[in-house]
Amino acid sequence: MKQTFKIIMALVLGTGLFSCNNSENSGKANQGALASNAAERVYVAPGEHDEFYAFISGGYSGNVTVYGLPSGRMFKEIPVFSQFPTNGYGYSEETKPMLNTSHGFIPWDDAHHPDISQTAGKLDGRWIFINGNNTPRIAKIDLKTFETTEIIEVPNSAGNHSSSFVTENTEYVVAGTRFSIPIPQRDMPIKEYKGKFKGALSFISVEPETGRMNIKFQLIMPGFNYDLSHPGRGKSHGWFFFTTYNTEEANSLLEVNASQNDKDFIAAVNWKKIEEFVNNGGGKKMPANYAHNIYSDETHTATSTMEKEVLVVDPLEVPGAVFLLPTPKSPHGCDVSPSGEYIVGNGKLSADLTVHSFSKMIDAIEKEKFDGDAYGIPILKFEDVLAGTVKQAGLGPLHTEFDGKGNAYTTFFISSELVKWNVETREVVDRQPNYYSVGHVMIPGGNSAHPFGKYAVSMNKITKDRYLPTGPELEHSAQLFDISGEKMELLLDFPTHGEPHYAAGIPAEIIEGNSQKIYKLEDNKNKYATISNGDARVERDGNEVHVYMTTIRSHFTPDNIEGIKVGDKVYFHITNHEQDFDVPHGFAMIGANNAELLVMPGQTKTLTWEPKQVGVWPFYCTDFCSALHQEMQGYVRVSPKNSNIDLSWSLGED
Amino acid sequence: MKSYLLKICPALFLIGLLGCKNDQQANTDNSTVTTEQEQPAKQGQAFIKDDVSEPTVLDIAKGSEDHTTLVAAIEAAELENVLVNAGPLMVFAPTNEAFDALPEGTVENLLKPENKDKLAFILKHHVTPGKYDKEFLKKFKKLGQASDLNVPVEVKGEDVYVGGAKILASIPAGNGIVHVVDKVILPETN
Repeated sequence: MKQTFKIIMALVLGTGLFSCNNSENSGKANQGALASNAAERVYVAPGEHDEFYAFISGGYSGNVTVYGLPSGRMFKEIPVFSQFPTNGYGYSEETKPMLNTSHGFIPWDDAHHPDISQTAGKLDGRWIFINGNNTPRIAKIDLKTFETTEIIEVPNSAGNHSSSFVTENTEYVVAGTRFSIPIPQRDMPIKEYKGKFKGALSFISVEPETGRMNIKFQLIMPGFNYDLSHPGRGKSHGWFFFTTYNTEEANSLLEVNASQNDKDFIAAVNWKKIEEFVNNGGGKKMPANYAHNIYSDETHTATSTMEKEVLVVDPLEVPGAVFLLPTPKSPHGCDVSPSGEYIVGNGKLSADLTVHSFSKMIDAIEKEKFDGDAYGIPILKFEDVLAGTVKQAGLGPLHTEFDGKGNAYTTFFISSELVKWNVETREVVDRQPNYYSVGHVMIPGGNSAHPFGKYAVSMNKITKDRYLPTGPELEHSAQLFDISGEKMELLLDFPTHGEPHYAAGIPAEIIEGNSQKIYKLEDNKNKYATISNGDARVERDGNEVHVYMTTIRSHFTPDNIEGIKVGDKVYFHITNHEQDFDVPHGFAMIGANNAELLVMPGQTKTLTWEPKQVGVWPFYCTDFCSALHQEMQGYVRVSPKNSNIDLSWSLGED
Repeated sequence: MKSYLLKICPALFLIGLLGCKNDQQANTDNSTVTTEQEQPAKQGQAFIKDDVSEPTVLDIAKGSEDHTTLVAAIEAAELENVLVNAGPLMVFAPTNEAFDALPEGTVENLLKPENKDKLAFILKHHVTPGKYDKEFLKKFKKLGQASDLNVPVEVKGEDVYVGGAKILASIPAGNGIVHVVDKVILPETN
């Protein structure tokens, strides 16, 4: 017994630092604002601007929220995958096509991992990409207008989770499937999963000028779960890394059956090699059906096109392009250091972090030191690719970011803490508690060769008592740390919207100057735009009625409309004639079964209304546009279906 | 304390507004606050007042007369917050008797502040991410513990042994399950 105990003690001593989670400096955290002038450091005086933008995923809100750092002030919610009654996104005729998919109109998704476009490994601030997890899609937000301008559906994918991360020059935005499925989809017994289900890793090319997305190829991998991914950079540019779990290929009770193997894999994909193969005619075109939705700032209108083909690549067709790196304990985050040398596997059921070396990986590949294969894909030996392990760093590691100064920051869900460690020595430098149960962490530029290591934002899954209580349902909580010194300092707690799964931060100076103020009316190419007030009119085509309406402070043209009948389908095409910054007009129609419209200066949007009751029904401007906002209203006379009242419209006539 | 803070708050706020060029002055004020702080209370999920949620694995251990040693160890190792995490967590809870069976002085030694890390490691060896009842545990050959080591699962007749410790009773918790065991599970090199 004593002997055993000695062994234990030796073993324990060797484990070094590890987590003890009750916050020892909780008093400091509590009084931090006073004890460390934290208040001053997050205070952005009225009229002053924040130093960073933070684009935080909304998770099940389907959208992205825009915050300022260090203040934690929320500036905007950008609708992406979800209908947004606030401005009519997904309700207006112009934006409905954005939410079209092969499954029809989908008014919601689960938005996960935003990533900002890069040039030469630096954030360029042109676009943000974000994945819809549930009905697999990748969206692009334009950072001039802060609007969603493109959504492409990802075929052969399900649970689009290891997405949407960009390569060093935004050559690709990458989307990996979490759930493996039959490819092509077909009616088959679930029990035949093993060997028959496949996982597609999609490389979506981004056109350098316009940002137009297209699926260049899909790599059809074994039926594992592909959890997260990150691009190589610098020396490892041209590679992409994906964590996997469920390499057991279980199809039921994964909490047991997907935890049987001591190690799963990080899949290393040499996309440049596959790109070359594809450019030379490699791969196979397979029938597919997926929506590609594009919004135009000129027409203020989205179009949806169904694509019918996708190029698929079998990894065995491109020898030397795909390798598997054994990585312990169902790794979640797959994070690449700014130099591109280290690939961190965050084994979520582990207390340790696995750090692989890119150079060692290349060396092992060149020497062909393989340890068997999985469905023909070579497996490298763990010891041959391992740079080292961060021992007993905490419990339940999920995700790691880097500060560009040689440190990494890993979140630990179970022990609820953020742990700073040295990338080269893999020694823990500092740890700070999270309130509570942190998911992801974000450092601006954290997924690039050039992070801005001043702040880290942890996005916590559990809020409980952090704010005034609001019943059982609570917003999630974020915590802002100053990471400029040796020790991390908690500066601020602030609530977030939905369930942030990740965020992307960028110095404000990179994008603020590009932000558009108005849309020029003269450039408005909307099919239903009313550019001149003289063209305001109402037209009937069967039971469809088109109202060409304009807005200017403080009236609609026209504002009296007669001749509408029960059973008509009325389209209000509203063009905002304002050409001043921040003078939108709203449009709301009593009994409309959708939402309002919020129309920006120079823009045209269309709301559909199907009147069901006879009467005289008002509409009004919803945005407090001017001193005479309350006067901005109008009436529509709705007559019985069989009446013969002629269409008429007017403004200011008796 | 609170009213004192409220009083000095506006003062600090003013300093902030004035641009706070004089950091030294601000720091002097701050240090006054720091020195007058009481011993900080423990913070984290374990210390939230909540009398409606289902008991956590920690609550169950705390409520058991047979687990006072275990609870003392958890508190000494400051693992309370880990044990109230969303989990799911499966805790193999050695009884007081099980701790008493260790060589004399072992527990006392582990409870010393300088041995906090060792103690925490041993305790984490008693925790599995997951929630399985005794019957279901029979499906496993081994379990991966929070210590990052594995423990074997053995079935002898109706009894289930985890890391050599026999499950005596099982109590479901809000964030997992507590299996009462008759031995301290000692980590072995593997």
